Amino acid sequence: MCLSIPSKVVKIDKEKATAVVDTMGVQREVGIDFVEDEVKVGDYVLIHIGFAMNIISEEDALASIETYKEILALMDEEERRQAILDGDNCEAGT
Amino acid sequence: MGTTVKLELKNLYDDFRDPATIKALSALIHEEAAKLDRDIRIMEVCGGHTHTIMKYGLKQLMPQKIRFIHGPGCPVCIMPKERIDHAYILAMQEDVILVTLGDMIKVPGSHGSLQDARSRGADVRFVYSPLDTIKIARENPDNRVVFFAIGFETTTPMTAAMIARAEKLELKNLLVHVNHVTVPEVMRELIDSRDEHIDSYNNRIDAFIGPSHVSVIAGAKIYEEFPQKYGRPVVVSGFEPVDVMEGVLMLVRQFVQNRCELEIQYRRSVTMDGNVAAQKQIGRYFEKRPLFKWRGLGNIPDSALKLRDEYAHIDAEVIYGDILPIEEIEDHKLCICGDILRGMAEPTECQVFGTACTPQKPLGSCMVSSEGACAAYYKYGDLLK
Amino acid sequence: MTKTITLAHGNGGAENQALIHEIFWKHLGNEILDRGEDAALLPTLTNPAMTTDSFTVSPLIFPGGDIGKLSICGTCNDLAMMGAKPKYLSLSVIVEEGFEARKLERIVRSMKKELSTNDAQIVSGDTKVVPKGTVDGLFINTTGIGEVQAPGIGVHNIQEGDAIIVSRDIGRHGATIFVSREGLEMQSSLQSDCASLWPQVASLLDTGIRPHALRDATRGGLAAVLNEWAAANELCIEVEEGAIPVSEEVRGICEMLGFEPTALANEGAFVMALDPKDVPMALEILEAFPGCESAALIGTVTQSHPGRVVLQSEWGTRRFLELPTGELLPRIC
Repeated sequence: MCLSIPSKVVKIDKEKATAVVDTMGVQREVGIDFVEDEVKVGDYVLIHIGFAMNIISEEDALASIETYKEILALMDEEERRQAILDGDNCEAGT
Repeated sequence: MGTTVKLELKNLYDDFRDPATIKALSALIHEEAAKLDRDIRIMEVCGGHTHTIMKYGLKQLMPQKIRFIHGPGCPVCIMPKERIDHAYILAMQEDVILVTLGDMIKVPGSHGSLQDARSRGADVRFVYSPLDTIKIARENPDNRVVFFAIGFETTTPMTAAMIARAEKLELKNLLVHVNHVTVPEVMRELIDSRDEHIDSYNNRIDAFIGPSHVSVIAGAKIYEEFPQKYGRPVVVSGFEPVDVMEGVLMLVRQFVQNRCELEIQYRRSVTMDGNVAAQKQIGRYFEKRPLFKWRGLGNIPDSALKLRDEYAHIDAEVIYGDILPIEEIEDHKLCICGDILRGMAEPTECQVFGTACTPQKPLGSCMVSSEGACAAYYKYGDLLK
Repeated sequence: MTKTITLAHGNGGAENQALIHEIFWKHLGNEILDRGEDAALLPTLTNPAMTTDSFTVSPLIFPGGDIGKLSICGTCNDLAMMGAKPKYLSLSVIVEEGFEARKLERIVRSMKKELSTNDAQIVSGDTKVVPKGTVDGLFINTTGIGEVQAPGIGVHNIQEGDAIIVSRDIGRHGATIFVSREGLEMQSSLQSDCASLWPQVASLLDTGIRPHALRDATRGGLAAVLNEWAAANELCIEVEEGAIPVSEEVRGICEMLGFEPTALANEGAFVMALDPKDVPMALEILEAFPGCESAALIGTVTQSHPGRVVLQSEWGTRRFLELPTGELLPRIC
């Protein structure tokens, strides 16, 4: 619930159980106690008070983004159809 | 299609704040809500969700039938005065360096806040991470460094990791005062309490937006009882405005379709089982307290953690037991935080909201931290009505 | 000159003279200062303006500047914000015993550079050395006198219908200072925006533009300036949130620490209220200055909520932008 932000892993130090992460140009060292086994450089992680909480699922993130794109596409379709129904002079007649 | 799009860090911010998407989701919520034959009151439990709703003005994008109730998910706000006094008393001990996270510094107890203690000569340090406490303990071997630990399930593993690392380094001067609390118990208390003082039978909570970073650690499974036993759907949502909007849409659809389920909106970070490694760390050092008082809500069973007996030697409540008072302190008479937290009142209905009670001099828990409902209302100024 | 500043260097005697000559006059000397009188005699000024500021920044040296640069910018910028060309400054320095002489000289060199940018001079100064622990390293006060080139610039000239421009992306100084502080171990390429603003103001005035009001967004940031302006005139300032320029790095810090960019201090960014017809020209002029490519029109002055500042989001919701309160702390929980 608390402030936790996505960051990218740029370097891992297995011995110290830490990683260097980058958040839009700001770099910080965080503990990887909870993601030690799976974390790789290039992963996106959620950072909370100096620790990586988890590894963000890129697949699920992209799927969500794809869903939103579809919603927007559908809205555009709707708006165009509605505009035609409303009798607007729509020159974009596809 | 099959084109592998690469995820950039920017996407994780921008795409979940996209204005067009927010507007589109609002339109869909309106469309679905039109099919409802009743109002729905959704409690967002977590202060972070309250913050998002207020900061991005999401209330203004909701149809009349959807109402938000702001929940008690602010671990600083719900801290009882007597325990804040513990922090103050510990800070004023000669050899103690009191370390805690940011927001705790301003919270007022009976003697004042930790900021006041600092101006009176106490060594109080705020840190961004419990790991910084280790550094302080190493640099000050002649002092007792007491970490005043606060937070929900999201934050508890980090305190555990700090203890683990301190053990490994054989640090002898690091103690912990534990105030970690858990979320499902307070949610349950709001809708099913045996405490008549709480009056949960008159609660008006129809559904929950589930705290999600809590679930990153503990898993979404912790909310199963709410649809299954209490008939309250739960959607576990992320914190960006698109996440919250999509979460509300999912809830509204449940009501329209007569479903009552636990769903995860925040798929990119939340699973049913959560982070097992983190859960193990928590279990190693902590166990549940039978009772814990939540400011504004009274005693809630099994809702907080303490150090296990074998760690009594680093437990500040044990070591300093003789100087830490346990008498409960009443809240201000005019404070209606209890009602606000249960959805029975809005901050603006409080007699002292914005006058005697402000973020600079808070009287009650909801104004104390920037995550509290009253503080959020005060800061973002409700422009709707 | 010894390696560190000692209490003797504040004695008014030989060591004091050494300090003044070998560090201050060496870099800042000019016709008036070199006379070494108790007070500087100044020529007649037609439309004088005066301002004063004290500087206690910590750390003393930060990415993008140091307390020396700041002590000149800060005062010269206050003059510039009234349309006054900075001319004569006084310099008061309180040094902690044990301060490194080389560090002090570096700071004085920064002052010299900034004075040159403003075409201004130090004409009077004072140095004190105090025992260890009584100041945090170095405190500076500068008082500046300038000549108003374009009268009538001031907060009470703001009118309904005015356009609001911000001269560059915001939050850099506050974010940089925060990152540079001990205890928050982060690395970033962020630099303070600390800069002299008179050159930009002069360029605007040269084209005939007459801003109604100017203010540099220092402590309290953009939010403070806009609220002060709205309150002073019982007018409303409506801002397009999406139009406020914020750099990626400042966004990153704000995400990490839970700050709002509008509450962070700036030392090289200013806000301008002006006639809307002058906006395209004003933006063109500002964008030509290095660092100000992000100059932007962000809002208008209206009557809708007198005394308040309203933020309009890109998805059509509105909220008030409040004055920042309290000590700036990371929002954690």
